[in-house]
Amino acid sequence: MTYTQIAIFAVLFAISFDLYLFNTQLLKRKVFWTSYAIIVGFQLLTNWWLTSRNIVMYSPDAIIGLRIASAPVEDLLFGFALVLGVLTNWIRLGASDKR
Amino acid sequence: MIVFTVIGSFWLEVFLKVGVLKQFKRVALAIAPVAFLFIAWDKYAIANGHWFFDRDQILGIYGPFCIPLEEYLFFIVVPIAALMTIEAVRTTKKHWKVYE
Repeated sequence: MTYTQIAIFAVLFAISFDLYLFNTQLLKRKVFWTSYAIIVGFQLLTNWWLTSRNIVMYSPDAIIGLRIASAPVEDLLFGFALVLGVLTNWIRLGASDKR
Repeated sequence: MIVFTVIGSFWLEVFLKVGVLKQFKRVALAIAPVAFLFIAWDKYAIANGHWFFDRDQILGIYGPFCIPLEEYLFFIVVPIAALMTIEAVRTTKKHWKVYE
C-alpha cells in the first residue's frame, strides 16, 4: 500500500473508534475541533520545517504529489488520525472524571 | 523540532494547570496503543521507502526495528502536546461539554 492509502485507512480507523467503538463522539464536539485547529497550525509549521530542509523526504511513488506548506497532503491525514486516536483514547479513559 | 513542540505546548501545563502530566498512567494508556500502531506503520513505511531521513540531520541513534530515536520521541511528544491542547481548551471553555 502507498502512504496515501494507509493514511486514508488510518483516518477511517480513528473515526470509527471515536464514533462507534468507544462512542466518545469527539467529532461532534466543539472542544475537539478547536483543539484540532490549534494543533493543525503547529503541525503545518513543523511539517514545513521537516520537509523544506529535507530532514524527511518522501518517495514520489508513495504520495499523490499534492503538497501543503512543502509537506505531502497525506501528512495532514496522518496527523489527524494520530490526534483523533490519542484524544479518543484519552477521553475514554477519563470517563470517570466527567466534566 | 521536538524541542519546539515541547516549548510550544508544555507551558500550558504550567500556566493553565491542565494537569496532564499528573495523570501519568492515563497518559501512558492513552498514547501507548496508538503509538504502537503508528510505529508499526512507520516501520512499514521506512522498510518500503515511503519516507526516509537525511542521515546528517538526525542524531543517528536507532531504537528497535531500526527506527530513528527521533521517531519514537515524535510519537510520544506529539500526543502529549495534543492532550495538553485539548485540556487547555477544556480549561478555558468549561461550558463546552465532552460527555453528554
